Amino acid sequence: MSNDTLTVEIWRGREEGEFQTFQVPRMASQTVLDIVTYVQRNLDPGLSYRFACRVGVCGSCAMTVNGKPRWTCRTHVDKVAGDGTLRIQPLKNLPVIRDLAVDMTEFFQKWTRAQAHFVPTATRGDDFAQVSPDDPRRKEASAGIECINCGVCYSACDTVAWLGDYLGPAALNRAWTLVNDERDGGQAARLKAIAGAGGCQSCHSHQSCFELCPKHLNPTAAIAGLKRATVKAALKGEI
Amino acid sequence: MTPQRAETLEWLVQRASAAVLALCVIVHLTVIVLAVQGGVTAKEIAGRVGGSVPWLAFYSVFVIAVALHAPAGLRNILREYTSLGRRATHWIMAAVCVLILGLGFRAVVGLYGLGA
Ligand code: SF4
Ligand code: SF4
Ligand code: FES
Repeated sequence: MSNDTLTVEIWRGREEGEFQTFQVPRMASQTVLDIVTYVQRNLDPGLSYRFACRVGVCGSCAMTVNGKPRWTCRTHVDKVAGDGTLRIQPLKNLPVIRDLAVDMTEFFQKWTRAQAHFVPTATRGDDFAQVSPDDPRRKEASAGIECINCGVCYSACDTVAWLGDYLGPAALNRAWTLVNDERDGGQAARLKAIAGAGGCQSCHSHQSCFELCPKHLNPTAAIAGLKRATVKAALKGEI
Repeated sequence: MTPQRAETLEWLVQRASAAVLALCVIVHLTVIVLAVQGGVTAKEIAGRVGGSVPWLAFYSVFVIAVALHAPAGLRNILREYTSLGRRATHWIMAAVCVLILGLGFRAVVGLYGLGA
C-alpha cells in the first residue's frame, strides 16, 4: 500500500455479485462516502448508492464498511481502514437493489406494523400540551427521539437475520418514545402490536444496535422498557 | 387470551423461572461441593435426600422451574433456526415440558422413596 492511495473493494450486483477493486487517492478528512462518490464520478459512473444530506441528518447513506454497518457520510476513512483497505457492501438484512443501494421498504413497513406513529388526542382548538423537560417519561422519550432512520441498527441485529418477522431495534425504539409520550392516544394498540410474534420479547439484548447506532441511541434499553410495559399490560389483561 | 398476552406472559414465566433456577443451581452446587469433601457414596446421598420432605420440596421446585424454562428457550431457538411454524413449536414446547416433568419427578420421587 502506498500512503496516497487506498485499495477499495466495492460490492457490485445484487444478492449475487462480486467485489470490484478500485484505487482511490487519499485525502485529508476523507469519509467513506467521499470514497464511494469518487469512484462513481471518476472510475465507474454505473455504481449505484444512496445519499442526500452528507452531514448525518437524512439517514440514507448507510452501508456495510469493513463488516460493520456505518453512516458513511460521517465515517472517516482513518477510523475504519486501519490496514489501508476498505471493503464496502450494502447493508445486511435488507434486499439489495443494486450495488450499495438496499430496498428499505421492509424496514419502514415494520415501523408501521409497530404502530410507531403519533396518535393525536388534542384538536386544533386545544392549547399546546405542556410537557415538563424534567418529567421522567419525557426524558425517556428524549433519549430515543433523535433517530435518523438510517437502518444501521437493523442491519447490525442478528435477531432480524434469524427471525424474519422481528420488528427490529429502530421501530421498537420509536415505539418506546411514543409509549412515553403523554399526548399520545394509541397506547393499547401499540403495546399489542409490539407484544406479539416478532415483537419486543424476541430481542436478545446483545446490544449490537446500541454499539453501532451513529446517533448513540440505545434501542436495547428502549426495548427493555417495552418488555416491562408489555408485561404490565399483559398482567392487567390490557393486551 | 390474545396471542400477544400469551407471548408476553410466557416470556415473564421464562424470566421468573430463570431467577428461581439461579437460586436452585447455587444451592445444588453448594451441596455438591460440601458433600463431595472426603468422597461421596450413593448411600450418603440416599441418607441425605431419602425421606426428606425439605429436599423433596426443593427438587420439586427445581424440576418445575426447568420444565417451564427450558421449553420456552428451546422454542425460541427452533423459531430462529428452523422454519417450523408457530403451532409446531408450541406442541414441541408442550411435549418437552411434559418430558422434563416426567423424568424429573421420576428422579425426585425415586430419591425420596429411598428413605422410606
Ligand atoms: S439488542 Fe435486541 S434489537 Fe439490539 S441488536 Fe440485539 S437483538 Fe437486535
Ligand atoms: S436507532 Fe440509530 S442506528 Fe437505528 S435507525 Fe435510528 S439512528 Fe439509525
Ligand atoms: S448522507 Fe445523510 S446521513 Fe449520510
